[in-house]
Amino acid sequence: MTLPKPTPGRSRSPLPALSRASPPGRPRGSLPARTAGRLGGRVWVDLVVAAAVLVLLYLALRLGQGGTLRFSTARDAAVDTDPARLPYDALRSLLRMFAALAVSVVFTFCYAYAAARSRRLERVLIPALDILQSVPVLAFLSVAVSGFLALFPGSMLGLECAAVFAIFTSQAWNMTFAFYQALVSLPRELDELSRSFGFSRWTRFWKVELPSGMIGLVWNGMLGFGGGWFFLVASEAITVDNQRYALPGVGSYAGAAIAAGDLGRVGWAIATMVVLVIGVNFLFWRPLTAWAERFKNEQSEATEVQRSMVLDLLRRSRLPTALGRALRPVGRALNRAGRVFGTVDRPPAVHPQRRRAGDVAFALVSGGIVLWGLVDLGRYLAERTGLGVFGEPLLLGLATAARVVVLVAVATVVWVPIGVKIGFSPRLTRIAQPVVQVLASFPANFLYPLAIWLLLRTGVSIDLGGILLMALGSQWYILFNAIAGAMAVPADLREAMDDLGVRGWQRWRRLIIPAVFPAYVTGGITASGGAWNASIVAEVVTFGGTTLTATGLGAYIARAAEHGDHPHLLAGVAVMSLYVVALNRLLWRRLYRLAERRYSL
Amino acid sequence: MRFPFRSRAAAVPPVTPGAVPGPQDEVLLETVGLTKAYAGAAGQLPVLSGIDLTVRAGEIVAVLGRSGSGKSTLLRCLAGLIPPSSGTVRYRDTPLTGANPGTALVFQTFALLPWLTVRQNVELGLEARGVPPRERSRAAAQAIDLIGLTGFESAYPKELSGGMRQRVGFARALVVEPDVLMMDEPFSALDVLTAENLRGELMELWDSGQFPTRAVVLVTHNIEEAVLMADRIVVLGARPYGTIRETVEVVLERPRDRDCAAFDELVDRVYRIMTGRPKDTRAPGRAGPGPDLDPDRRTVASAPLPSAGVDGLTGLAETIAHRGGSCDLAGLADELGLDIDDLLPQVDALDLLGFAEVHGDDLLLTETGTAYTGADGPDARAVFAAAALEVPLVKLIANSLGGRPGASVRTGFLRDLLGRHYTVEQTDRQLETATDWGRYAGLFAYDADRQEYRLEQRAE
Repeated sequence: MTLPKPTPGRSRSPLPALSRASPPGRPRGSLPARTAGRLGGRVWVDLVVAAAVLVLLYLALRLGQGGTLRFSTARDAAVDTDPARLPYDALRSLLRMFAALAVSVVFTFCYAYAAARSRRLERVLIPALDILQSVPVLAFLSVAVSGFLALFPGSMLGLECAAVFAIFTSQAWNMTFAFYQALVSLPRELDELSRSFGFSRWTRFWKVELPSGMIGLVWNGMLGFGGGWFFLVASEAITVDNQRYALPGVGSYAGAAIAAGDLGRVGWAIATMVVLVIGVNFLFWRPLTAWAERFKNEQSEATEVQRSMVLDLLRRSRLPTALGRALRPVGRALNRAGRVFGTVDRPPAVHPQRRRAGDVAFALVSGGIVLWGLVDLGRYLAERTGLGVFGEPLLLGLATAARVVVLVAVATVVWVPIGVKIGFSPRLTRIAQPVVQVLASFPANFLYPLAIWLLLRTGVSIDLGGILLMALGSQWYILFNAIAGAMAVPADLREAMDDLGVRGWQRWRRLIIPAVFPAYVTGGITASGGAWNASIVAEVVTFGGTTLTATGLGAYIARAAEHGDHPHLLAGVAVMSLYVVALNRLLWRRLYRLAERRYSL
Repeated sequence: MRFPFRSRAAAVPPVTPGAVPGPQDEVLLETVGLTKAYAGAAGQLPVLSGIDLTVRAGEIVAVLGRSGSGKSTLLRCLAGLIPPSSGTVRYRDTPLTGANPGTALVFQTFALLPWLTVRQNVELGLEARGVPPRERSRAAAQAIDLIGLTGFESAYPKELSGGMRQRVGFARALVVEPDVLMMDEPFSALDVLTAENLRGELMELWDSGQFPTRAVVLVTHNIEEAVLMADRIVVLGARPYGTIRETVEVVLERPRDRDCAAFDELVDRVYRIMTGRPKDTRAPGRAGPGPDLDPDRRTVASAPLPSAGVDGLTGLAETIAHRGGSCDLAGLADELGLDIDDLLPQVDALDLLGFAEVHGDDLLLTETGTAYTGADGPDARAVFAAAALEVPLVKLIANSLGGRPGASVRTGFLRDLLGRHYTVEQTDRQLETATDWGRYAGLFAYDADRQEYRLEQRAE
């Protein structure tokens, strides 16, 4: 699921992550919009970068393909669905999730830091991130699996890596965006302070830069983690090149139960999942977000702060202090070692002409590589299938696009009024928020069997029912943001409306819709991105012996992935990315600008 | 009191700044021909030009100027945080190539790290220099004590009041015992009473010789603050860009008394310097400072619009009218409790519109000004419209519309035009003022969605 680029920080609502509040002094708004401003919003930059990403995917695919020939040991895909195995499976799944989180954090540090520090890299890395998050990750799961299997032939490690990689791709982009934004919008005084005191790069990073980006990092990490369950479920049991692979985990358990059509065991899996989601939230994310409060760069005490029982408990215990004392020498040694990275001072004066020459050289080299890749890709496609391969997915994409549009429209009509109702009532908010949070991070693909059962019973076609399946995961973002948006409406505006007797439709038209609009747009972007991604697993569904296939781009990609049909897979992915990017640019980004200009409170 | 840890200049004997002359004459900071320009739409836009400034041991130098005079830029050049475009900055005869090792900054916004406690914030600079923890905490404790923060060591900045926060800012800068303490409007984010208290304590410390730095550079737009604290006031002029307009030696006895006549006289004198229209700051090849020129020869480049809304400038005009058409600027600012940064744009606006003139200390209402304040409703707008049409930018917009009902002028066009002379922020501010004036005068309307000026659609 493509999550948005929330920029939490100032909002005092318990749901700040998806609200549009951004810390004071920072540019407001979505990163794509902001980045567009910083990078001049040039279409050709997008095109070049999109091409580069395509070439990258193509290379990964070719490399993975070379490897597939080397292994042929058919792995036993049969999964034991004895409920007693569930705790063990759940732990394995959890381990994968945290491994992916760790990888995401390291990736975030490196990628965001590089983009923020180097002007040239920034030009490439940030648009690339924008495109990457529009690429339907699920489609590339099979490629990742074959690639990693090739890296670790004959071992489960390849599968593990592929699963971790899949989860990673669902988390990393948003965390990176948030951290990059924090780095480039570091308050000027803090930069001046670090330079005037001559901080080493190492000290500056840990003392100044990381803390300022911490809130964004934590909240986006939490959101990404929630989205990651979906990919976990999808990646633990997978068919590649007509071969089934399975890892022990709650996802594969559910997969096996679904394949067997055993609703009872599916129920067990769902229960486990609920426990996992709530448990991780309670034991890990809530303490972490409560702890991150201290990094709020605001000069007054917030009225409402994140609280966590676990954190309070930890704070009262003596253990963390003792641990801290024990680790202090290590920290000191690291600090000393960190001095090798040198200090940041003003950049040496570079002659504009030489700088320009450097830019041109950089552009030529990177452009050349991309061009070469494109030519090779074109040759590859022409040899295999001809370039007409793009025609079919383009048409099928229309069907999926129609589903996405209907989904967003229906979800808007249903959830915005409910969300506003909840957001305007503090009591309802308190009750509804934790529930919505769990719903949003609960992997929707777990619920597919139930939905299919329903579809089969009612006889609704999957072409229509697919919308419901896609909505299961993505609609929550709209509700989520409607609540956050409504909570942000100042009480005095509502009182003024009461006072003037503005009621009913007029109230909606004059106050509620404009006030909630910016938050809604954030939710809409997320919901539509998530729906595209979900179409890959929602347009082809199996329950027991029944397989339902809808007409659409998602089904096309799923089929190509299953049969290891790389040219079609590549074409499908490219076209879907194109659809997602086009929809974002043509619709959502414009709405976002409008929201910023006219409807920001 | 000396701190146990001394990073540099260990050989320098303890000094009591401000009191004894002698080794005090040592030059700590020096700029020669310093110029700073930023890239604009059409080439470089200078913000500072030809600055020659020397800071000696034992003195407090105040850099005084209005917003936009480049005083903060000058401070950052001295601190080595931004490189000058030309000219040099030297610290103890060594040209700077990076952050100045002999300075520490106190920020207007405090710039405390909210995730660190007071003690950790104060220790930052020592930590960066690799001072061992034991010494670090001893030095921090002494600085905290010196600056009156004892008892607040374990507090987080957000728990503190503004004054206490700025004390942390001072302690953090002083603990590294910089040769020169750089203060960037350190009191302007505080309320009047807190600022007065902190200023007083700081000056007591300086006068007592306990101050752990050897010189201070203070950037401010508050004239009284400068006269109260400084040994020397460097007044920067804003037009056409930051140059040293005049340097005023302050020879008043310390501690200084705000109520004595000499103090008042000096404040008035600095006021005159700041509001006056010097003829000699005209840079070669550029149009001279605007408002004094013959109205027919004023251009968009020579007569920038100040950030003054119709409400504010009308209020000032009426205040003068109430006082019989003339009043003393310094007295007025004092009485109304206004900063000169609040007052001077309004004064400029009245001057530009031809509603008032500055003569020495006094602001005199002109005939048009009197007519404007005397009229009301539509008549006042008519007077204002006639006056605004003489202002280059407003005139430019009105003329481009040419009275044609369907015509429009895009802001992009005006931005390009103004971009040749002003930075983006200055351009934005000027367009904002032009919009405000034009709307009030009924000369044109502005459509923010389409970003263009149109003729106002009058309901028939």
